[in-house]
Amino acid sequence: MSLIQQSNVAIRRSRDDRTSEQLIVFDNVSKFYGEILGVNRVSLEIPAGITSLVGPNGAGKTTLMNLMCGLLRPTRGKLTVLGIPTDQPERLFRKVGYCSQFDSFPRGLTGREFISAFLMVSGFPRSEAHELTEGALSRVELLPAADRKIGAYSKGMRQRVRLAQSIAHQPSVLILDEPLNGLDPMVRAETIALFKQLAADGLHLIISSHILHEVDMMSDRVVLLNNGYVVAEGAIHGCARRNGRRASDAGADSLQSSVRRWRRRCFGKTDVVEARVHDDKQGLFVKTRNPDQFYLSLNDVVAQGEISVESITPVDDDLSAVYEYLIGAQ
Amino acid sequence: MRGADVSLWLRQIGAILRLELKKNFFGKRSLLVYLLALMPIGLLMLVELGKPARQAEPVSDHLFDLLQLANPAHGRVFGCAWIFMNLFRGEIVDRSLHYYFLSSVRREVLVTGKYVSGLLTSIILFTTVTIVCMLLVFLSRNFCSQMRASFWMARALASCCGMCAITILACVGYGAFFLVVGLFFRNPIIPALLLYGWEWINFLLPPLLKKISVIHYLNSLVPVPISEGPFAVVAEPTPAWISIPGLLIVTALVLILAGTRIHRMEVRYGSD
Repeated sequence: MSLIQQSNVAIRRSRDDRTSEQLIVFDNVSKFYGEILGVNRVSLEIPAGITSLVGPNGAGKTTLMNLMCGLLRPTRGKLTVLGIPTDQPERLFRKVGYCSQFDSFPRGLTGREFISAFLMVSGFPRSEAHELTEGALSRVELLPAADRKIGAYSKGMRQRVRLAQSIAHQPSVLILDEPLNGLDPMVRAETIALFKQLAADGLHLIISSHILHEVDMMSDRVVLLNNGYVVAEGAIHGCARRNGRRASDAGADSLQSSVRRWRRRCFGKTDVVEARVHDDKQGLFVKTRNPDQFYLSLNDVVAQGEISVESITPVDDDLSAVYEYLIGAQ
Repeated sequence: MRGADVSLWLRQIGAILRLELKKNFFGKRSLLVYLLALMPIGLLMLVELGKPARQAEPVSDHLFDLLQLANPAHGRVFGCAWIFMNLFRGEIVDRSLHYYFLSSVRREVLVTGKYVSGLLTSIILFTTVTIVCMLLVFLSRNFCSQMRASFWMARALASCCGMCAITILACVGYGAFFLVVGLFFRNPIIPALLLYGWEWINFLLPPLLKKISVIHYLNSLVPVPISEGPFAVVAEPTPAWISIPGLLIVTALVLILAGTRIHRMEVRYGSD
């Protein structure tokens, strides 16, 4: 190998290293529990921002999160979090915080003791641990109850103290398994705002949730899982497009004839698979395989003055629809 | 290994100790350990209180029997089993082990911290019990006249120190074994009973097999000879210069095994 080639390889490797140090990288990761599949052949690169893991129960969301935290070891494949292998907890948890779904705590501790004790286990000196504990408790608004035993906390408070514990050491990656469970609407909204703030600060937030509209509200991208496989991933509003199905709800003018005319025109397009008049006869429901092409042809139709269009609402451009199409329909 | 690493590990072990000692001494699970530890004291008191008051009798007639009764060996085995097996198994049952695993601490350091906490707990409990038992023996009303005068004499004090040292060695050896049992077995009670059975029939075993047990090395160190009954197979005691380092080396090996195991351990509470 010539010097130039060697230098190119070195540059490429250093660039790859630099990139993987900013990403969570799953490289063909599989996890089996004996003969039971946890996740299979997952290859993902998760950048900074809020990424949601979505899927039905048993889809593999928690398995994926536990793999990221080293609580589980991959049966196959490689996994690094910001360039750190997950079997090195002493390095990994300087940068990673995990708020798990396990609603259990070491016995007999108050909220404050719980957070500061595990900060000290991580090696923080006592004074710094106390300072970080106060900061974390204040962020989740749990300071007034900090000196009560966790056993006496409500479900929402327990959820918040877990969240506080996971953010106390100011990690760069925050993994949250169903973090909004048990929170009342007010705290839920505040917590979502906190997540957005953390993401804006440059953190990687990986969140699993069943509440799709909240996922939709806060996520930059989504990973859809089903039966241990990643069925789709990417930015929410592009996720369905890669799967080749899309529905558009075009609210047309109030003239039924216009609606019918447009319906006929729609069927002339090869990518339209369904065009149905709404029950109120005021609009048309169009399902197309190629939304971009459909929008272009719609522009032509409108420009020619054949029909007038009041509004167009893409009904599946939110996560629920994607979820339903990709997982519910299988 | 750098100085900074060692200082960090020591700080982390200190933090683990604070958490664990509180749990070991004041947790709900500690009740059984207290009962096991206090058993020999209770037995001694029952025996002594049940006897009619007598004039002083020769020490040698009675002392050895009482010392055997005061030897908290059985309680010590079960007490160590309960303390050390619960260090990890208890956390798995409570579903709280993941908090340790999610901390920025080497798992080997975690094993060390937990082991030291179990060791401190068992040593504090069982040496205290040993000392109290010895005091009860020496100061019991049957030996008042002779022993009160001679208690602080060298022999009595040496016996007491010897028994305490044996108790510490027992905690070191049994502790490491039960820690590993707690890591490897979902139901550690069965292996613990097997070990106890092996230790209990030790007096019947041929000399070679005797050496594959903790109790043999501990008995070899006891300051007063222990009668093992008429059916006992007599074996030459192992000299202290072999038994003490031998026990410590085996303990170190067992702890290395525990470190290897925990390094690969997964948290799957559902399957535990």
